[in-house]
Amino acid sequence: MLPIILLSILGLLVLFLGFQKSKNILLPATLLVLVLTLIANFANWNDAPSLYFKGMLFENKLTMAFSGIVLISALLISALTRGFIDDEAAQPAEYYAIMLFSLVGAIIMIGYENLLMLFVGVEILSVSMYVLTGSDKRNLRSNEAALKYLLMGSFATGIMLFGMALLYGATGSFSLAALKSYVLTNPSPSVMMYVGLLMLLIGMLFKVSAAPFHFWTPDVYDGAPTVFTAFMSTIVKTAGFAAIYRLLSGSFSGAYTFWWSTLAGITVLTLLAGNITAVYQNSFKRMMAYSSISHAGYLLLSLTALSSQSQDAIVFYSLAYSLATISAFGVLMIVSKETGVRSNEVSESFNAFNGLGKKNPLLAFVLTVSMLSLAGIPLTAGFWGKFFVFSSVVERGLTWILIVAVLMSAVGIYYYFRAVIAAYMREGEGNAIKVPQFYRLVLIVTTIITLFFGLLPDLLKGLV
Amino acid sequence: MLTLSLILIPLIAGVITLLTKNNSAKQLALIGAAIELVLAVVIYAQFQPTAAQQFSFSYPWIQSAGISFAGGIDGISILLVMLTAFLTPLIVLSTFRQPYKNASTFYALILFMQAALMGVFTATDAFLFYLFFEAALIPVYFLAAVWGGEDRIKVTFKFFVYTIFGSLFMLVALVYLYYQTSSAQGHTSEISAFYKLALDAQKQGWIFWAFFIAFAIKMPVFPFHTWQPDTYTESPTPATMLLAGIMLKMGVYGVIRFVLPIVPLGLQTWGTTAIILSVIGIVYGSIIAIQQRDMKRLIAYSSFAHVGLMSAGVFSQTLSGVQGALIQMLAHGINVVGLFFIIEIIFSRTKTRNIEQLGGITQRTPHLTVYFMILMLGSVALPLTNGFVGEFLLLRGVYESNIWLGAIAGTTIILGAVYMLRLFQKSMFGAKSAFTEHFADLSFSERAVLVPLVIMVFWMGLYPNSFLKLTEPAVSNLLQMIHY
Repeated sequence: MLPIILLSILGLLVLFLGFQKSKNILLPATLLVLVLTLIANFANWNDAPSLYFKGMLFENKLTMAFSGIVLISALLISALTRGFIDDEAAQPAEYYAIMLFSLVGAIIMIGYENLLMLFVGVEILSVSMYVLTGSDKRNLRSNEAALKYLLMGSFATGIMLFGMALLYGATGSFSLAALKSYVLTNPSPSVMMYVGLLMLLIGMLFKVSAAPFHFWTPDVYDGAPTVFTAFMSTIVKTAGFAAIYRLLSGSFSGAYTFWWSTLAGITVLTLLAGNITAVYQNSFKRMMAYSSISHAGYLLLSLTALSSQSQDAIVFYSLAYSLATISAFGVLMIVSKETGVRSNEVSESFNAFNGLGKKNPLLAFVLTVSMLSLAGIPLTAGFWGKFFVFSSVVERGLTWILIVAVLMSAVGIYYYFRAVIAAYMREGEGNAIKVPQFYRLVLIVTTIITLFFGLLPDLLKGLV
Repeated sequence: MLTLSLILIPLIAGVITLLTKNNSAKQLALIGAAIELVLAVVIYAQFQPTAAQQFSFSYPWIQSAGISFAGGIDGISILLVMLTAFLTPLIVLSTFRQPYKNASTFYALILFMQAALMGVFTATDAFLFYLFFEAALIPVYFLAAVWGGEDRIKVTFKFFVYTIFGSLFMLVALVYLYYQTSSAQGHTSEISAFYKLALDAQKQGWIFWAFFIAFAIKMPVFPFHTWQPDTYTESPTPATMLLAGIMLKMGVYGVIRFVLPIVPLGLQTWGTTAIILSVIGIVYGSIIAIQQRDMKRLIAYSSFAHVGLMSAGVFSQTLSGVQGALIQMLAHGINVVGLFFIIEIIFSRTKTRNIEQLGGITQRTPHLTVYFMILMLGSVALPLTNGFVGEFLLLRGVYESNIWLGAIAGTTIILGAVYMLRLFQKSMFGAKSAFTEHFADLSFSERAVLVPLVIMVFWMGLYPNSFLKLTEPAVSNLLQMIHY
């Protein structure tokens, strides 16, 4: 409860800080808010699971863990925004405030106990994202991305709302507990419930960009300012999967035989669409967009299995994926900025990394670790993420989907390694790249955590 | 504890090398590898052939998934541990005349590679084995891709994706097997627990293929070999030595360790297919080797042919086949490293590897001729050299399993002699060419590499029993598990 209140009130304060002429105070203030919220989030870690806000929201270790991942990602990403305040025309106060508000939405999505709260959470997060996507106001592509995201997103929200209404019609309640008891007590539930569940799922799957609802993703991720792309691909995804997991495991595990085949089909489609299309990208940022689709596929895989391993697998995978993605976008931001200074044209293609191993060994190393982690190579957190996901699937006995996932992992190695090859084996132009102190710290932290969990995944697993 | 040190010493030495200046890197790397060799000799002296796992260590690692950091040495791994410990210092020493840019990274990667290889050969936990199996790939990939020849990026990328692709199937098989085990504390990933599973024939068939693809790509067995000749040719010679001398043995070792005892029924159904593929590889590799002009490429194809015979011997599931494979892995590692080094010596002096452009080197340096001849004869399996014992046992194993396949596999002796003698004759004898006009004699460090190799060729050829007796109890134990 405390994190939501803190973020809302302090977020407003950050907004008012914008009246201050000095922009330098904004970033420290935002970071402070996030650190406070993070402490508040984990403060009552050992408490028993509880309901609050009149039974509308729920809190246990699982929701705290997901909120923790979201907040840590937000903290790291905010720390990477440092260089962007330098832009004279920017209005950073609004963006920082919106980032904080969007986190309120994410936390509500993670902890909802009532479908209405799910809707509120999704909308808070989505509307914030529409704004942030279009925040590069003079850039045509940023505008296009925002409009596209808004139109498609509204459509998906509509379908989701429709689904909720049908579920209400079938069960007479919005509460997860009531839905659960309805599923358990009615061996043959009404068709309305099935249709409602499917529509709700489609709405949610749109938000996490699962195929075939993923067509907005590359354009939006590509058009948005990179720092917000990182924000979208980590926070929205983590919150979205937390929400879907809570819905399916909390309320609809009794109807597994109904939804698993649908979800299995979507999983396979997502894995194929994400990985195969990523191979053909020349822009690193666009590749990362497709890679985020493919990772949605692996997370969905674990959801489809919904075995005793799934919960741990999803938490671990979300964390590993978020850390690696933040590193990758962090490196991209610096490198593409440098290409912009050098040739007046910002390059976000793989070629931007050419010769990075010589120009800045640290950045090249950070990039390599993050690519290895995303590709799931051992001794990185990403490997154990995949390992736990695969374990959960084997436990359920869905070996045939696993074969698709394994083949697609091999495809993944191909496109992630293009960045590594560019960094170490191709000759680049330009001189050494300087990295601001603060920025370097963030990248080192994400890399160390990635390697640390690559060696000792057990520390996190089983906590929740 | 000794086994754990085998993994840790190269790792620590690698980190130290990475942090030092470039000009002292090679000496440091050599010291690290030498300490490792001393340790391996200690292990060799204390090793009890009749006992099961020795020098074992086991620490809980990822308890929630039943994974432990556990290793040990038995009769199946001892020769490969020795091989790795013996070859690495020689590989480091072989680079002493050749300056490499970013030397500290270069030598650190070699040492990391050694640590991972030791891990592969000593792991007694299936997932630990998998981790090292993958981890070994990364240093050698960077060695080949950064310091390699012109076409290196494309070639090594293919190699990397290809091999990871294969091992992912193994991962699925391991996870599946893990869920089949049961013990008081839940599932376990000890390899010995996998041996006790008795799955039905159909499941074993699937698991057989999952393992086979992983190991067949690594070895490589026909038709999964297409990455190999290019990668061997484009890699810098030390990386080629690591790949051909040690890394391909990971595949053969994996088959002995996993496929034979875990999926005997799968082997019953598909074993002959595997032998046929291996035998095709032998003949195909040899015939292509005969037509090569590039010396490195020629040895790459010969290596492909040789490993085909090892794989055929292992899949024959006979005592002589598996024993032959183990001894031949040792012999082949020694010969192929020696041959690649001789090619490097010739290349560094003449700047060509094309045998048409060479000739008459004997007149300049009789020493090199002698070393080359001994290693070459070892490679064509002349009696009293190391190649003979292994090849004889392997052919006997294949023959026991299937006479016709044994006969076809036997052509390796003739074809092998053809391409090796052609290589030797064209490069060493005949008239001098413009390239070989000035050919310096061997330096001290070069001799220091070649002499131990040549000694091993004779030791193994004259008294193979000192190695065979180490492995025999373990191998017959293993085979008893198969033939219930």
